[in-house]
Amino acid sequence: MNDPTLANVNSDHVSSEVLGIVRRQRFLDQVFERVTQSFALFVLLSLLGILVSLAISAWPVLAEFGPGFFTTVEWDVVNDQYGVAIAIYGTLVSSFIALLIAVPLSFGIALFLTETCPVYLRRPLGVAIELLAGVPSIIYGMFGLFIFAPLFAEYGQPLLEATLGQLPVVGHLFTGAKIGLGMLTAGLILAVMILPFIASVMRDVFEVVPPVLKESAYGLGCTTWEVVTKVVLPYSRNGVIGGIMLGLGRALGETMAVTFVIGNAQQLSLSLFSPGNSIASTLANEFAEAASDLHVSALFALGFILFIITFVVLGAAKYMLSRMDKQQGTKT
Amino acid sequence: MNEESTKNSAIYRKRLLSNRIGLTLSLAAMALGLMALAWILAILLFKGVSALNWDLFTQVTPAPGTPNGGLSNAIVGSALIVGACTLISTPIGILAGIYLAEYGSQSKFALIIRFLTDIMLSAPSIVIGLFVYAIAVAHFGHFSGWAGSLALTLIAVPVVLRTTDNMLHLVPTPLREAAAALGAPKWKVSLHVVLRAARSGVITGVLLALARVSGETAPLLFTALNNQFFSTDMSAPMANLPVVIFQFAMSPYEDWVRIAWGGALLITLSVLALNVLARVYFRDKVQQ
Amino acid sequence: MTTTTSPLPNAIEVKNLNFFYGKFQGLKDINLNIAERRVTAFIGPSGCGKSTLLRTLNRMYSLYPGQRAEGEINFYGKNILDAKQDLNLLRARVGMVFQKPTPFPMSIYDNIAFGVRLYERLSKDEMDDRVEWALTKAALWGEVKDKLSQSGLSLSGGQQQRLCIARTVAVKPSVILLDEPTSALDPISTAKVEELVHELKADYTVAIVTHNMQQAARCSDFTAYMYLGNLVEFGTTEQIFFKPKHKETEDYITGRFG
Repeated sequence: MNDPTLANVNSDHVSSEVLGIVRRQRFLDQVFERVTQSFALFVLLSLLGILVSLAISAWPVLAEFGPGFFTTVEWDVVNDQYGVAIAIYGTLVSSFIALLIAVPLSFGIALFLTETCPVYLRRPLGVAIELLAGVPSIIYGMFGLFIFAPLFAEYGQPLLEATLGQLPVVGHLFTGAKIGLGMLTAGLILAVMILPFIASVMRDVFEVVPPVLKESAYGLGCTTWEVVTKVVLPYSRNGVIGGIMLGLGRALGETMAVTFVIGNAQQLSLSLFSPGNSIASTLANEFAEAASDLHVSALFALGFILFIITFVVLGAAKYMLSRMDKQQGTKT
Repeated sequence: MNEESTKNSAIYRKRLLSNRIGLTLSLAAMALGLMALAWILAILLFKGVSALNWDLFTQVTPAPGTPNGGLSNAIVGSALIVGACTLISTPIGILAGIYLAEYGSQSKFALIIRFLTDIMLSAPSIVIGLFVYAIAVAHFGHFSGWAGSLALTLIAVPVVLRTTDNMLHLVPTPLREAAAALGAPKWKVSLHVVLRAARSGVITGVLLALARVSGETAPLLFTALNNQFFSTDMSAPMANLPVVIFQFAMSPYEDWVRIAWGGALLITLSVLALNVLARVYFRDKVQQ
Repeated sequence: MTTTTSPLPNAIEVKNLNFFYGKFQGLKDINLNIAERRVTAFIGPSGCGKSTLLRTLNRMYSLYPGQRAEGEINFYGKNILDAKQDLNLLRARVGMVFQKPTPFPMSIYDNIAFGVRLYERLSKDEMDDRVEWALTKAALWGEVKDKLSQSGLSLSGGQQQRLCIARTVAVKPSVILLDEPTSALDPISTAKVEELVHELKADYTVAIVTHNMQQAARCSDFTAYMYLGNLVEFGTTEQIFFKPKHKETEDYITGRFG
C-alpha cells in the first residue's frame, strides 16, 4: 500500500480533468446516436422518396386516361395514347414462365445439395450456384441475344411447335414466327437468372430442418425422396414460399436480361413465340428518347406500378420468411 | 410367398423407383445449373478475349462504324462512379447498421428499417434510376456522374447496412459489457470494440456491395447516361461500362459488338473476382 | 481473516435495495456493507440473485431497458442509483471481471491501454510502465512481455482471464467486482487467480460472486449467503462457515441443499 499513485483510490475524489473528459464523452455520445440514427433513416427516406416522386410524375397521365390506363392495350407514342396492359402482361407472363421453370429446378438443386451430394463437394457446388447470381444481368442479356436466341429459333422453337404446339388448347401458345426473341425466351433467360436466388433460399431452409425429424423418417424406412417431399418440404414450407416470392420479386424487376431478348414490340399476343414488352424493358428502351410530357409521365407511371407490385411481392416474401424464423425460434 | 407380400414388394418397388427418378432429376437440375454457368462463362471468355488488347484500355469509345477504339473512358468513368458510390455508401451503411444493432435492436423502429432494407435489397434497380432522374437530373437539368453514383448508393447502402447489422449481432454481449465496465462511453464501445470485433464480416459486406453495383446497368441509364469522350468531370454525363455495353451490343455495328463483349468480360471478371475475394477473406479471417 | 474490533470503513453501503427484471423481482430488500480493502464473497444456489446484486454495484444493468433498481447504493457516500450519476465515470471507479474471458480484438498492449486511455493522458513511456505494472499485478507479465503486440485472443483461457483482470486493474478502480471469474478455467489457472485476489485486496476493495463455496472460504473476509433474491445471512467468513446463524445457511454450506 505504499504506491503513491493509488492515493485517490479509496475515496470518491475525482479530478476536474476527468470531469471535463466525462462531459465531452457525454456530448460525443449524443452526437454519435443522432448521426447513426439519421443514417438509419436514410433507407426509410429513400423508399418514401421513390414512392412520392414517382407518384407525382405519374399523375398527369393517370389524370388524362383515368382507370382505362390500366386496361388499354395500346402504346402509341406517335399519337400519345398510352395504356399499361401490354407492359404489365409482358412483365407478368415472363416472370410466370421463369418461376414455372426455376422453381422445380431450384428444388432439385436444393435437394441435391442437402441430401445426395458428397459432403466435400457441397460447399464448392453451392458457391458455383451462387456465382450464377453474381453474374451481371447485362451478361445474361447478351448471352440471350447472341447465343441463345439464334439456337432457340433454329432448334428449340420448331421442336416446341412440333410437340406442345400440336396440343388442343395449349398449342396456341407455341405457334408463330420463330425469331428466337420473344416472351418465352425472356422467360427462359429470367429462369436461369432467378434460379440461384431461389435455390439458395431453399437450401438454407432445408438445412435448418432439425436432423431428428429426418432421422425419424429414415428410421421408418423412408427413401430420401420421401423424406424430402413428405418431411423437409412441409416443415420448411414458409421458407420455401418466401424464397419463391423473392425470386418472383427479382424477376418482375429485371431489366437488362429481358430488354435484350423480349423483342421490344408494343403488342400483346397469345403466342409465347411473339415479341412483346415488359415494364422494365419499355423503360429501358424508351425513356432516353421520350419526347412528349405525356410519354414521360406514362413511363413514370409504369415505374410506379412496377415498384408497387414488387414492394407487395417482396413484403409478402419477407413475411413468409419471418414466419419460418419464428418457427425455428430464432429472433426475427 | 403370399398375396400380401407380393403386393407389398410391388409398393416397395414403386417407392424405390420414385426415389430413383426423383434423385436423378435433382442431379440433372444441378447439372443443368452448372452447365448454364459454364456455358455463359465460356462464351464470355471466347467472345471477349478477341477484344482484349492494349487498345481496349487506352482508346476511347469509337464513333459508329469506325474501326478500333476501346473502352478507356468507360473504364475510368465506371471506376469513378463506383468509387464515389463506395466512399459514400460505406460510412452510411456501417453507421446505420451500428444504430440498428446497438441502439434498440428489437425496437419497432429497427424492425421497420430492417423490413424496408430487405425490400430495397431486391427492388428493381431501374425504378431507382427513375427516382434519381426525377430528383437529380430533371432538377439540375443535366445528367451527371454524381447522379449515377447516387443511384448506385441507394442500391449499395441496404447491402452494407444489412451485413453490418447481422455481423454486429454475432458479437457476444459480454464483450460490450466488458468495454462498458471500464467506463467506455457507448460510441467508443460501438466503434472501437464491437465494430472492430465484427471487422472482417463488415468488410465482406462492403466488398459484396461493391460487386453488386459494379454490374448494375439500369440505374445508370438515366442518370450518368454516357459520354463518347474521355472525361473525369463528375458533374457532366459520364461514360461507364454497363451503359456502353448496352448501347454497343444492341447496335448493328460489328466493331461495337466486339468491344461490347470485351467490356462484358471485364465487368464479369471484376465482379466474380470481388465475390471470390469476399468469400475467401471472410473464411480466412473467421478461421483465425 | 481479520477480526474487526473497530468498524472498517465501507467502500459501498447497500440500503433497502430492490431490483426488478420487468415485473419479476430479482432482489428483495438487500442491506449490507462492503468493507474497504477486504474481499466480500457472495454465495448461493443458481438464481439466488448474487450476480444481479453484483451488477447493480456498477449499474451494468442500466445497459438494458426494463431492468431497474430501487433503494440506495452509496459509493463513498454518494448514491449511485441517483439519476444524475454519470455511469461511465462510475464504471471507471468500479471495475468488473466476467465469467468468460472477454479480451478485446486488439493487441495485448492495447487491451490494457484501452481503459487507461479513456480518462488519462499518458506519454508513451508512462503507458508502457502502466501496462507492465498492470500485467505484473495480474501475474501475467512474464508470460507475455515478449508478445505484447500479439492479439489478446491468442492467449490461453487462463491467460485471457488474467488479461481481463490486468485490464481492470490498470485503470486503478476503487472496487473490483468479480463475477464467477474462475468457473470457466482449469484448476491451475483457478489457483493463480485466487492468489491474485488475495494480493489485490491489499490495495483494492474486492467483491466476488462464486458458485464454489471452497473458493469463498479460501479467499474472502466477509461472506453473504443469498437465496431467491433475499440476503439470508451476512458476516465474517469464519462466522458463516463455522457458526452460521440460520439453518438455511448451514444447509447450504454443508451441502444438504443446493
